Amino acid sequence: MRSTDSRQRHAGRAVDQLPRLLPADGGTGPAGLAEHLARYGPLRSAGLSRSSREALIDEVDRSGLTGRGGAGFPAARKLAGVAAGHAPVVVANGTEGEPASCKDKVLLARSPQLVLDGAVLAAEIAGASQAVIVVHHSVREIVDAAAAERTQAGADRVRVRVMTAADRFVAGEASAVVHWIEDGVPAPTRKPPRISERGLGGRPTLVHNVETLAHLALIARYGASWFRSVGTPAEPGSMLVTIMGAVNQPCVCEIAIGTSLAETLSLAGGAAAPLQALLLGGYYGSWADAAAAETLPFSSEGLAVLGAGAGAGLIAALPQDACGLAETARVVRYLADESARQCGPCLFGLDAIAGELQRLAEGRTSDLSLLRRWLGQVEGRGACSHPDGAVGLIRSALDVFKPELGQHARGWCHATRTATVLPVPPRRQP
Amino acid sequence: MNAIPRLLVDPIACDGRGLCAEILPELITLDDWGFPIIRDGDVPGRLTSEAREAVRICPKLALRLEKLG
Repeated sequence: MRSTDSRQRHAGRAVDQLPRLLPADGGTGPAGLAEHLARYGPLRSAGLSRSSREALIDEVDRSGLTGRGGAGFPAARKLAGVAAGHAPVVVANGTEGEPASCKDKVLLARSPQLVLDGAVLAAEIAGASQAVIVVHHSVREIVDAAAAERTQAGADRVRVRVMTAADRFVAGEASAVVHWIEDGVPAPTRKPPRISERGLGGRPTLVHNVETLAHLALIARYGASWFRSVGTPAEPGSMLVTIMGAVNQPCVCEIAIGTSLAETLSLAGGAAAPLQALLLGGYYGSWADAAAAETLPFSSEGLAVLGAGAGAGLIAALPQDACGLAETARVVRYLADESARQCGPCLFGLDAIAGELQRLAEGRTSDLSLLRRWLGQVEGRGACSHPDGAVGLIRSALDVFKPELGQHARGWCHATRTATVLPVPPRRQP
Repeated sequence: MNAIPRLLVDPIACDGRGLCAEILPELITLDDWGFPIIRDGDVPGRLTSEAREAVRICPKLALRLEKLG
């Protein structure tokens, strides 16, 4: 199955260097269909026979591609699971409800055709007749135009439908995306049934992050060994990262997985101030001491020693003169407000935790042992991982900013500025 | 094949009425907001009938006893 066709090899060389997914020109506009095809070559059809589809799943399996939405599940296993079901549906998830991340928005704004390639291909592999592309409102028009261009060119055998995502944090969770498409409710649903068994319209549903699908479109063109030529043996390939906070040029860029954090930060022009800590992965991620983290590779394997992971690729730099507890408390208040309000421990527990953490951060009377008790009570008790993500973030803050806890208990804080680093939207009026 | 019964709660359906914890305190406690925390692991044979009763009495049908092969 591996392509030795000269045109494909030529196109493969065109993306031998990073970035693979984003246009290399540093512009801002989307790559049109002609430009897209000139760079990557034509998309090979998955074929209609079972054996050709299975061969492609095997190729994805050999590539070691994992989900780029944060959970990191093997893409081939997800594909195979849904392909085995009857009349499945494919959903490309570009919800990206996290306020600090913009890698999916940038990918959709600059390489919409690559994502559409991946969605169409995933649908072909799974035997689905329809792919639904759910995207953040900021890039909806670009994706619409890209889909229209394909329709005009008669490019696809699969029906593509574009939809705007709900602008909520939990709206990106896979079952919430399905719930949103079907009923206009951006909230997770109970499991079982899993959406891979019973999702949209009761059909087996494959929900893949848009970046995962873009990688899939390239693996189908150039093969697994090409994909594995960058990255680490355990986590092959490249990934998009959002680098923000106290860096000179906040940006989205593509790195080989396993690139050191110091080198990754240099892609954003390096630190704009002495750094205290890095938030790694996302708002469900972990704080890490900046000095300890900078020498480590940015990969889930490499960051495991600090209890962190690559997650959805966020790297947020916290300067020395800001308060990590205050940053965490603001984010946790936001996460508590963003609860889908369906599960008691998340609805009541996260709210209580956010209040206690806020008192702690503000140097008011607070009870650290009560806070820890609540963290233990809330963990693992939601229908989705929202409470677990918040708990992980708080645990890492209590660890990394430990020296600050005693100070705050006495009403002091070392921070010399109140500027906020991590973005949080204004609170919704209840 | 021995089927091992386990208690599972659907956290979306659960309303925190707490009847399950009254019937089966050995395996179910309540968190600080009144929602059930199910102890990890299998339901021992001597508690099977209490577990069934807890499932039956849940007004939200949020508790179930699942047999894993």
